[in-house]
Amino acid sequence: MYSARDWREYPRRYRLEAGKCKKCGKILFPARLICPKCGAREFETEMLPDTGKVLTFTVIRTAPSQFTDIAPYAIAIAELTNGVKLTAQLVDCDVNTVKVGMEVRIEFRRVQTDAYSGILSYGYKFVPKWY
Amino acid sequence: MRDVAVVGVGMTKFGEIWDKSLRDLYVEAALGAIENSGVDHIDSMIVGCMSGGLFVGQEHLGSMLADYLGIKNLPASRVESACASGGLAFRHALIEVASGMSDIVMASGVEKMNDISGDGATYALATAADQEYEVFHGATFPGLYALMAVAHIEKYGTTRDMLAAVAVKNHDNGALNPNAQYPFKITMDTVKSSVMIADPLRILDCSPITDGAAAVILTTVDIAKKLGKPYVKITGSGHATDTIALHSRDDMTTIASATVAADKAFKMAGKTIKDVDFAEVHDCFTIAEIMVMESLGLYAPGKAGEAVLKGETALDGKFPINTSGGLKSKGHPVGATGVAQIVEIYKQLTGQAENGRQLKSNPKVGLAQNMGGSGGSSLVHILEVA
Ligand SMILES: [Zn+2]
Repeated sequence: MYSARDWREYPRRYRLEAGKCKKCGKILFPARLICPKCGAREFETEMLPDTGKVLTFTVIRTAPSQFTDIAPYAIAIAELTNGVKLTAQLVDCDVNTVKVGMEVRIEFRRVQTDAYSGILSYGYKFVPKWY
Repeated sequence: MRDVAVVGVGMTKFGEIWDKSLRDLYVEAALGAIENSGVDHIDSMIVGCMSGGLFVGQEHLGSMLADYLGIKNLPASRVESACASGGLAFRHALIEVASGMSDIVMASGVEKMNDISGDGATYALATAADQEYEVFHGATFPGLYALMAVAHIEKYGTTRDMLAAVAVKNHDNGALNPNAQYPFKITMDTVKSSVMIADPLRILDCSPITDGAAAVILTTVDIAKKLGKPYVKITGSGHATDTIALHSRDDMTTIASATVAADKAFKMAGKTIKDVDFAEVHDCFTIAEIMVMESLGLYAPGKAGEAVLKGETALDGKFPINTSGGLKSKGHPVGATGVAQIVEIYKQLTGQAENGRQLKSNPKVGLAQNMGGSGGSSLVHILEVA
């Protein structure tokens, strides 16, 4: 992987930047060039809220090579307080305690290391909200 | 549009085929289909393959496979829609014949998945998901279907036994298919005690890594009549996409692309799901078969699992599903799967299914549903006896 593929994602992964459609108000994460709801092409940058709740989850037991050292790990889809849904790991808790409806908060963490380039990729993970 | 028929089919044994390459597998299936149909030439061919590049380092498959089939200067195209590449190849062959651009077209699919490590295969398959917003975070393919399974369980109370019943039923059927990768029966207990991959999905909830190829010959109904071989009519075709990322969908307990593709196919055929006698559906994971049954309108949301448990979709049930053994038992060489589904529908409609898995109900209408990724694309085809 070339570093460009990693740093191109910094606005989303480091700063949780979403695009808010200036016409219909739909919030898109990641930001896009055209709104799938109304077709408008003008957006303003808006930061995602950092809390939400788990809609569904799983525990990955057979992991890809970049993640074998942390398996088993939980992956969840959470809906944030502004309605945006996203996928990330849910960490800092026993995987057996993860539940649908659980309240989570977003934290900035190291996600993976590219085996060939050695690039450390950072981004967002969910943690229990009470944590 | 011209009326189009399937006049012949061919496929390889599915499995870990160590002594055959991608090109060997493809040519074996293609020659089988050509001989089976009785045609003396093909005007063009469409190849469905998800990732020749990642699995065996080979792209430009139209050129290579036409070359090894021994046909010079043939219009040969490769199409890709992840695990729905085979269904897409079939649809494009149908469009080409129906439009009048060509009279005899081969729809085909191939995947050679065992020439790389399990980790390499996991990577290749995960390219069907959103690389930066799902796979980056450690989501795997079983993981994405597990997310759907948990959502389905939460909403409808779907049980562990309902999931296991899908795998057991498909192995019962696959045990009768000489081309199946795993032609043997399994028990509910075996499924429920197999190793966990992504909760709640265990290894026996998952379709395997498979080498294999399948091909079918499409031509006009008029030419099919003259060939004098058994043929079936293609009366409906539907194709639809959905968001690439699972989390972007309004409802994660249904496969909306399958619903839309089926609606289009039914409209084209002038039929509804009630007119269909049996189906091959994309059971890449046990939960997928249950969700697709509901997405096709065969059962109300949340009701399909109970129907599988009751045997309603077994070989002798009121609506048999995956008489071939499905992806679970027959195997899932991703690019070939959509074409292999058509092979089974053809055999059932022409009374040629082997080893006693021929439906006794004298079926007239069959449906094939093939999907890519976590449901980011679906193809539905309806075939009928001539
Ligand atoms: Zn908009």
